[in-house]
Amino acid sequence: MSENIKNLTCIECPMGCSITVRVENGVAIEVSGNNCVRGKLYAENEVVCPKRVITTTVRLTNGDVVSVKTNMPVEKSKVFEIMQKINKVVASAPVRIGDVLVEDIGCGASLVATDDRD
Amino acid sequence: MGENKMKLNYDIVVIGGGPAGLAAAISAYDNGARDILVIEREKRLGGILRQCIHNGFGLTRFKESLSGPEYSARFIEELKKREIDVALETTVLSLTQDKKVQVINEQGVFTISAKAVILAMGCRERSRGALNIPGSRPAGIYSAGTAQKYINLNGYMPGKRVVILGSGDIGLIMARRMTLEGAKVLAVSEIMPYSSGLKRNIVQCLNDFDIPLYLSHTITEIRGDKRVTGVTISQVDENKRPIKGTEKHFECDTILFSVGLIPENEITKSANIPLSPRTRGAVVYQNRETLVDGIFACGNTIQVHDLVDFVSEESEIAGKAAATYILEGAKEKDSVATINGNNIGYVLPHRIDKNQKGHVKLFFRVTSTFRNCVINVVSGGEVIASKKRNIAVPGEMETLILTQDKIALLSDDITVELKEGV
Ligand SMILES: Cc1cc2nc3c(=O)[nH]c(=O)nc-3n(C[C@H](O)[C@H](O)[C@H](O)COP(=O)(O)OP(=O)(O)OC[C@H]3O[C@@H](n4cnc5c(N)ncnc54)[C@H](O)[C@@H]3O)c2cc1C
Ligand code: SF4
Repeated sequence: MSENIKNLTCIECPMGCSITVRVENGVAIEVSGNNCVRGKLYAENEVVCPKRVITTTVRLTNGDVVSVKTNMPVEKSKVFEIMQKINKVVASAPVRIGDVLVEDIGCGASLVATDDRD
Repeated sequence: MGENKMKLNYDIVVIGGGPAGLAAAISAYDNGARDILVIEREKRLGGILRQCIHNGFGLTRFKESLSGPEYSARFIEELKKREIDVALETTVLSLTQDKKVQVINEQGVFTISAKAVILAMGCRERSRGALNIPGSRPAGIYSAGTAQKYINLNGYMPGKRVVILGSGDIGLIMARRMTLEGAKVLAVSEIMPYSSGLKRNIVQCLNDFDIPLYLSHTITEIRGDKRVTGVTISQVDENKRPIKGTEKHFECDTILFSVGLIPENEITKSANIPLSPRTRGAVVYQNRETLVDGIFACGNTIQVHDLVDFVSEESEIAGKAAATYILEGAKEKDSVATINGNNIGYVLPHRIDKNQKGHVKLFFRVTSTFRNCVINVVSGGEVIASKKRNIAVPGEMETLILTQDKIALLSDDITVELKEGV
């Protein structure tokens, strides 16, 4: 049985709570220091498989760019791979906030516009 | 919303169409004011958040993590539902105490008469000029905010190998942004022994990508003739003087500096509205009225906020107060000052008017990192509000609520102070 203690900083909100996680066989068995349940979930995921939302931009056919995000966190280790895919995407205007530009850009996440462009 | 419509007189003129101006205009309308104009110099509403494409906005207000443009869009949508005029690509040149607003746009220069004015011009980045870095002045040196604009709004990458001077949040965010776009961020150099950015940004923008943060370091040399080719950073002593023998050299083509934000107040100065030397914005009462009757101010133009959620909250206070001023006229004030005591950098609001109803949320920053401390609000020798903190850092704005019953009893100025080791 492997057991260890990990100290994390929660990134879910600007409070940035210092969280201590007791990990046993790769899973969190005790989380402390978090101020809320989001922090507990963050810590539990972080010790198993860290995930991040990607925010970046996508080119439009008219030469403009529009900001986008993955609609859910993707595996941190896949971030650069997914970025390469995103950088090949060219969308056509008009684009509205919430428009899905790519259904599955990786890890099952969709690429969604976060701004409007005419 | 009357898009790009402008008359020559209004009950309320809002200067700036960022999160502060938007929230203030909406709140003024919802509190009964009707004849409102928002003036914005850019082509679009939304302010600086248009270029802040990362997420983390709106957690307090909407309980979800939005990107900057998404956060702004929620307010723009609300604005559009109301009869509020908007003048885009229109810049305010000056303001007078009797509320004449001089503006310029493609049609020419106009003077708009207002009964009340809300200042919401935001902040700007501290310039490199103030930094005094030795060495030449080649191309490839940008403020973090300028780089943010180039990359996120224009789709243009300013460089490939980057050193960032200053660990403010925008610098940290840009370290990640440029890394994602394929650049190599070699170092973030911070002259203070602590970062001025949020801890979560250190974790998700630097640690995630193994970007080193050098605390107590500064840039001591910039190399390059036409374009930057490298920098040297050195450790500094307690007096911020570089220590010989601690130099680290980096080959880079780009330097970003992120050395702080200053409230934008050229317009405020043009009207001779008193400014606070501490916040570098207008002196305000708790309803965000300046020392000139009927002129209000909110958002980053009065204090640099870490969180746009608080900007919106503050601006709603200003909007409501402007509406009350229009509907009920100016009111007599009976006020005390707030003072930054030991270990506190500033306190806002600067004055508390005892005639105004309701609790007051005090905003302030501590001057350095403190552990196990207590923050007290003291008036007439008595502690009237207090809170304990395990850790308090300058990068994070602190708040404390003063209840109405305590305010009613105030006879003396109030001081906010921090005591260590409790
Ligand atoms: C580069 C940069 C990046 C930032 N990143 C973040 C971040 O990631 N997260 C965060 O929470 N905060 C960030 N901030 C702080 C951010 O400014 C606030 O969160 C928020 O946007 C402040 O809202 P505001 O309306 O007070 O100011 P702003 O958003 O700056 O809006 C002010 C508006 O007034 C307009 N204006 C100014 N002067 C005039 C004039 N004379 N005439 C007409 N219009 C005028 C400007 O064009 C602008 O649209 C950043 C600030 C800067 C400068
Ligand atoms: S634990 Fe909760 S309060 Fe603390 S940083 Fe995480 S989300 Fe924020």
